[in-house]
Amino acid sequence: MDPVVVLEGIGVRIGGDTILRDVELELARGETLGLFGANGAGKTTLLRLMATLLAPSHGGGTVVGVDIAGNDYTSARPSIGYVGHTPGLYGELTLRENIRFSASIAGIGEAEADAALGAVGLAGAADRRVEATSHGMQRRAEFALQLARKPRLLLLDEPHSALDAAAVDLVESLVERTTAVGGAAVLVSHDRERVAAAADRTVELKSGTLV
Amino acid sequence: MTVSMWSQARSVARRDLIRERRRGEVLWITVPFGAIALLMFPLAIGTDARLLEQIGPGVFWVIVMLFGILISIRQAATETTAQRDALALLGLDPAAGFAGRSISAAALLFVFEVVVGAVAFVLYDIPLIGIPWLFVILPLVALGLGMLGSIAAGVVAAGHSGAGLVPFLVAPLSVPLLLAATQAFEGLRLGRPILNWVLLMVIIVLVLAVIGTLTARPLQESR
Repeated sequence: MDPVVVLEGIGVRIGGDTILRDVELELARGETLGLFGANGAGKTTLLRLMATLLAPSHGGGTVVGVDIAGNDYTSARPSIGYVGHTPGLYGELTLRENIRFSASIAGIGEAEADAALGAVGLAGAADRRVEATSHGMQRRAEFALQLARKPRLLLLDEPHSALDAAAVDLVESLVERTTAVGGAAVLVSHDRERVAAAADRTVELKSGTLV
Repeated sequence: MTVSMWSQARSVARRDLIRERRRGEVLWITVPFGAIALLMFPLAIGTDARLLEQIGPGVFWVIVMLFGILISIRQAATETTAQRDALALLGLDPAAGFAGRSISAAALLFVFEVVVGAVAFVLYDIPLIGIPWLFVILPLVALGLGMLGSIAAGVVAAGHSGAGLVPFLVAPLSVPLLLAATQAFEGLRLGRPILNWVLLMVIIVLVLAVIGTLTARPLQESR
């Protein structure tokens, strides 16, 4: 079976600084990878590269079977779910409006979007504006969107930050749902213990190099 | 499920208008300042009614251009990197993003034009001639400025040149629009045919639509 992610000799330079160097990584179907590293080690850059939001400066590879350095890299995106540490929600809109807006762009029905909000425990707060919600609730809303999207590759940057115990279970459930159907997940975190328990394998980035 | 470009554009425009309705920046900040700017000219040059009537349309359009570009750039440039990333991963067609942002900015600009136009009508005693043409000219200028602001905001968001490039992009493209709009109003006032000026505005709007559509993907995907 084709791996979900294959990275070969990946290097990323931004503004003259080398952020990633010679990264080799393969992620099999059904696999969960824990990615550790100190601040500035290149973890978020590696996630953004796997999300096709960043181009490699050298090297190449595939994500969900699509060449990340080719012209058609955007075709991988419907299969990629990325939750960064800064929520991509709109403060003036309610949680429901945010999820419905994202759903309308992605071609997901309103009923499905509303159901996903309910599944992450936000049904009661759905009509509250994002600017009036906590960071943890905003993260739950982003997980709801990923629940509705059902990506093949799930990339979570610091997924446990600002979450209560119930929401942490939600992250694990989301990862399990993804990997159970042949997808893969990458969890970036400083919480080694929790991620190591959830992951099949862990790797560490040191100054842009995987060790 | 594949979503059509126009369906995505409609969602983006709707999102922008809801955000503006709740922020109220155009309604409660930009419109009053536009009206105050119109008030400054009579205070500066005195109450020469004939002169005010002559310069009124020109002053109105200069204010619409200056404030209009601010409205449309502000409208299109309020997205954070995280929001842009999220939209890209959701599969937003860059052309749909451009169209949606332009439509919402144009709708706000149209409101701005109508309110500030009413103030100009009162302050400058502009005769109301050729009203049906206003329903062509005002939306055309609003749409042109909306698209111009969306393109400029896209350049800023792409991050290669920063905001410093915006005046060089906006000025040459907005001047023909300003010229055509002013001349069309002047033609109406003097009873001259204005079809050529309206056609010039249509051409400018079409050129901006082509530029915006063609540059939307490279600007969004400047990864």
